[in-house]
Amino acid sequence: MDNAYDGLTDAGEEKHWAFGTGFTAALAGVDRAIPDADRDSLTAYCLMLGDDALIYSQRLAEWCSRAPELEEDVALANIALDLLGQARLLLSRAAEIEGVGRDEDALAYLRDEREFRNVRLAEIDCGPGPGGDFGTTIARLLIFSTWRLAVFQRLVTSADPVLAAVAAKGIKELAYHRDHAAQWVLRLAGGTEYSRERIVAGLDRVWAFTEELFATHRVEAALPGIAVDPASARAEFDQVIDTVLNAAGLDRPQVKQVAALAGQAGRDGVHTAAMGFLLAELQHIARSMPGARW
Amino acid sequence: MDLERQFEQTVAADHRVEPRDWMPDGYRATLIRQIAQHAHSEIIGMQPEGNWISRAPSLRRKAVLLAKVQDEAGHGLYLYAAAETLGADRAELTEKLIEGRQKYSSIFNYPTLTYADVGVIGWLVDGAAICNQVPLCRTSYGPYARAMIRVCKEESFHQRQGYELLMTMMSGTRQQREMVQDSVNRWWWPSLMMFGPSDAESSNTEQSMVWRIKRHTNDELRQRFVDMSVPQAEKLGVTLPDPALVWNPDRGHHDFGEIDWTEFWQVVKGEGPCNAERIAHRRKAHEDGAWVREAATAYARKKEQAA
Repeated sequence: MDNAYDGLTDAGEEKHWAFGTGFTAALAGVDRAIPDADRDSLTAYCLMLGDDALIYSQRLAEWCSRAPELEEDVALANIALDLLGQARLLLSRAAEIEGVGRDEDALAYLRDEREFRNVRLAEIDCGPGPGGDFGTTIARLLIFSTWRLAVFQRLVTSADPVLAAVAAKGIKELAYHRDHAAQWVLRLAGGTEYSRERIVAGLDRVWAFTEELFATHRVEAALPGIAVDPASARAEFDQVIDTVLNAAGLDRPQVKQVAALAGQAGRDGVHTAAMGFLLAELQHIARSMPGARW
Repeated sequence: MDLERQFEQTVAADHRVEPRDWMPDGYRATLIRQIAQHAHSEIIGMQPEGNWISRAPSLRRKAVLLAKVQDEAGHGLYLYAAAETLGADRAELTEKLIEGRQKYSSIFNYPTLTYADVGVIGWLVDGAAICNQVPLCRTSYGPYARAMIRVCKEESFHQRQGYELLMTMMSGTRQQREMVQDSVNRWWWPSLMMFGPSDAESSNTEQSMVWRIKRHTNDELRQRFVDMSVPQAEKLGVTLPDPALVWNPDRGHHDFGEIDWTEFWQVVKGEGPCNAERIAHRRKAHEDGAWVREAATAYARKKEQAA
């Protein structure tokens, strides 16, 4: 044990390390056949689901070293990592279907704002930045994970075997995320007067972006049997949210929705002002050093 | 047999001291101080690298870095838990940290200027930490030793990932190779400083060695680190910024130059490039989160009363 460190120069030799170098690929053994469907629509659909996870993960990771308690630093980072993992699988699948030689990094780092297809709920600042706080963060986690879990539960039977496998893996993660959020909603609603105000304000803020989550997009409509129509997940979402809110003694938020622009919103690359800044930060090193290897 | 003699025999026989065992007050106080400083170092250490999570240049690197910084929070948790077995209170230790009454490793008072620093911190800073910490897996206090086994396994993994990033960057563009060399130039000396003052200046070493809290002196560990790092630097293709660094066949070790002890003490005393901002960041997180912790406590109390 005194020389845990000796083998470092021999980076090719696995046995020198405390753990093996290789991790089993998350979808090892999964059939990667591309189903018979419109390629552009299928690529776009993978990007939608992948971008939701990538952009929300970027936001959640902002909490790292800023959470109210160490346990929460660990939990939020864990959720961000799960979503980043989902994003990587989905962007890789999008690249594979697109078939023009791009990979997950080209899609994450070299697309512009108008090409990102995430819902706006994923990108808004809900804290620790000035746009929110821990209450808003928990409110978004509840809404996002409840919605995504309901969608993924329907995606496990997708005719795209990769999407089905991503969903099967993801539902275990998302169930934990939803549970974590629901427990905090109860604590904040039932804790102090102030914490109750914060979770109510947080829910009001994020609720304005819920309609967008359930609007059927033409890409989804073009992929019957492959994509999930999010409208089909609405009843389950409502039921879960009502259960959590009832347990917390909270009413469902009554707020105005943030409308689409001529029918277009995040799924069509129409984003909020926050998105450009988020991407500037995410992409700047990769873009400022073309040809670099990481 | 009196308690003190029994304690001394336990320690001398390399057996572990456990929380319920009798121990001298000085032993308890030394351990609380050391474990708390170690825990604080993990928590403050989240910042210099955490700074790069949002900008990591590939998704794989982002996942690796986020997981690493998350591990550091986990290490802080195990270590605070180990300190609590000695009667310390985590909330009080945190107060001491943000009021500047307890220290953390000075290395985290240096800034991270480029993404190469993420790799060099993994290679050199985590490497130096491993040299310091592997002997602690056999330290005399049981809960600390057991926490360190897990910490060391994860640190070894971090070091490897840092080195692997540097190897990749060295195979990239000329600009990347220059970034790596620049980063090594900035981190080499602060890494050597991580082993603390020279043995002649180290006030705590002697008693800690008798108590088997420490098992090697600062200078022994520093030498070991230098000897390990030289071949790694060669393999990587970087130059360590010390013209006096040379193999000494008579000693069977590398000779190396003198640390800038003025800078060392300046940073220890709080005048490093980032001392103020590291503490301010921790304080802000702690204060911003106060209402959340209060809510959780109030909620738990209400649940208890209702039960």
